[in-house]
Amino acid sequence: MFDDLDDDRRGFLKCMAWAGTGALFAFDGGIGSSIGLDAALAAAPKQGAAPFSFVQLSDSHIGFNKPPNADARATFREAIAKVKALPVQPDFVIHTGDVSQLSKDDEFDDAEQMLTELGRQVFFVPGEHDMLDPDGGKAFLNRFGKGSQGAGWYSFDHRGVHFVALVNVADLKPGGMGNLGAKQLAWLAADLAGRSSSTPIVVFAHIPLWTVYADWGWGTDDSAEALKLLGRFGSVTVLNGHIHQITQKIEGRVAFHTARSTAFPQPVAGTAPSPGPLKVPAEQLHSMLGITDAVFVRGHDRIALIDSTLTT
Amino acid sequence: MTRAFKMLTFQASALAAGGIMMPAAADIARAAPTPPAAVAIGNFTFNKPVVTVKPGTMVTWTNADDIPHTVTSKDGVFKSKVLDTGDHFSFTFARAGQFGYFCSLHPHMTGTVIVKA
Repeated sequence: MFDDLDDDRRGFLKCMAWAGTGALFAFDGGIGSSIGLDAALAAAPKQGAAPFSFVQLSDSHIGFNKPPNADARATFREAIAKVKALPVQPDFVIHTGDVSQLSKDDEFDDAEQMLTELGRQVFFVPGEHDMLDPDGGKAFLNRFGKGSQGAGWYSFDHRGVHFVALVNVADLKPGGMGNLGAKQLAWLAADLAGRSSSTPIVVFAHIPLWTVYADWGWGTDDSAEALKLLGRFGSVTVLNGHIHQITQKIEGRVAFHTARSTAFPQPVAGTAPSPGPLKVPAEQLHSMLGITDAVFVRGHDRIALIDSTLTT
Repeated sequence: MTRAFKMLTFQASALAAGGIMMPAAADIARAAPTPPAAVAIGNFTFNKPVVTVKPGTMVTWTNADDIPHTVTSKDGVFKSKVLDTGDHFSFTFARAGQFGYFCSLHPHMTGTVIVKA
C-alpha cells in the first residue's frame, strides 16, 4: 500500500488523512530529514525545501486514574515512545491541550519531564483541564506559554508554513461552547494580514473549531469569525483535541481533524448519556488511544495526517 | 434549634477539612433555620436544573461524575474550586433572588437557584 502511495505522492497527499489505520508508514521515500527547529526558524523558507513532519499529541490528562485508565502517565509514556520510534523524527511536537487532569504542579511536572525525552521543541495550547489553578491558567502559562499573548495564543513560521495556536477554553460563557473572544480574533486578523494567500496555514486549538456536537459543547461559539479570516488562504489545516476520538471534515480549502487522547476515549457524539470517559475493557484501551503524525511536502496542497494507536 | 446549628457547624468543618470553599460563619448561622438542599452533578448535568429554596438555605453540590466540574455563578455571586469526583461545594443563599450558575469547564451545563420566602 505504501509503495503505491510513494509512487504517487500527490495522490497520497490528496488523501490527506487515514483514520485509525494503526499504521506507522515508513517515510523513506524522500520525505526529508529533520533539522533543529532553531535552525529551521532562522532559515528563510525556500521553494523546494525538504519536506518535514511534526507530531500532534493531545489530551494526556496526566493525573487521570479512573476507569478505563488507572494510569494516564503510563499511556502518555507509551505515546512518547511511539513518537521516538517513528522512522522519520518530527521537527517538533504540538500538544493540543488537557496536558493535565487538574492543573496540579506535579501533573505539569511529569508531563514536561516525559516530553523532554523527545528532544524536540513542544508547542502547547491549554485545554479546560489546564485552567484549574486558582489563577485560572497562570500555572500552565508560566510553564508552557512563555512568549504567548492573552490566554496563551501565538503564531510561528516553520519552513514556509504559518502555524497559529489559538485558545478557546478561557472565559467560557454560561450555556455556550468553546470561545475565542474579540481580543484574540483581533490579534488573529492582525497576525494573518499581509501574509500571502499561498502560505499554508496550520491552526491548532483544544476544542474543535467547528461544531461536532452542540449538545455536548463540542464546538466553538465564535469559530466562524476565525474561519472567515482564514478563508482567503489556499491551504488551511485545523488540528484539535478535546473529544478524544478522530473526526474529520473538509470544507472548501479547510481540513478539520481531531486527534485521539493518550489517556481515555470518549463516546461518539450522542451515543451515550454524557461525554464522560468511555469505559472500555482493558484489552481495548490501547486501540482507542493514539498520536497523529503530520507530514508536509512542499509543492503539495495538503498536510498528510496519519493517526496511529498505542496498540503494539 | 441548637442541635440543627451544631449539625451544620459540623458539616462546615468537614467541608473545610476537605479543602472545599465554605460559606462565611455568619451565613452558616443564618442557614440554621432552613433545611439544606442538595444538587448532584452527574452525566455532565446538574440533576436538579432548578432548585427553589427559602432565604438562608445552604445548597450543596456534589460531583458524582468521573470528570471534574465547577459550580460558578453567572453573576460572580459564588464560585467553587474545581470539584473532582466526590468533592462538594456549599453556598448559603441569604437573600431572595434568582441565581443562575454553570460549570466553567463545560459551560453547556447550567442550573438556577431560586430563593424566595
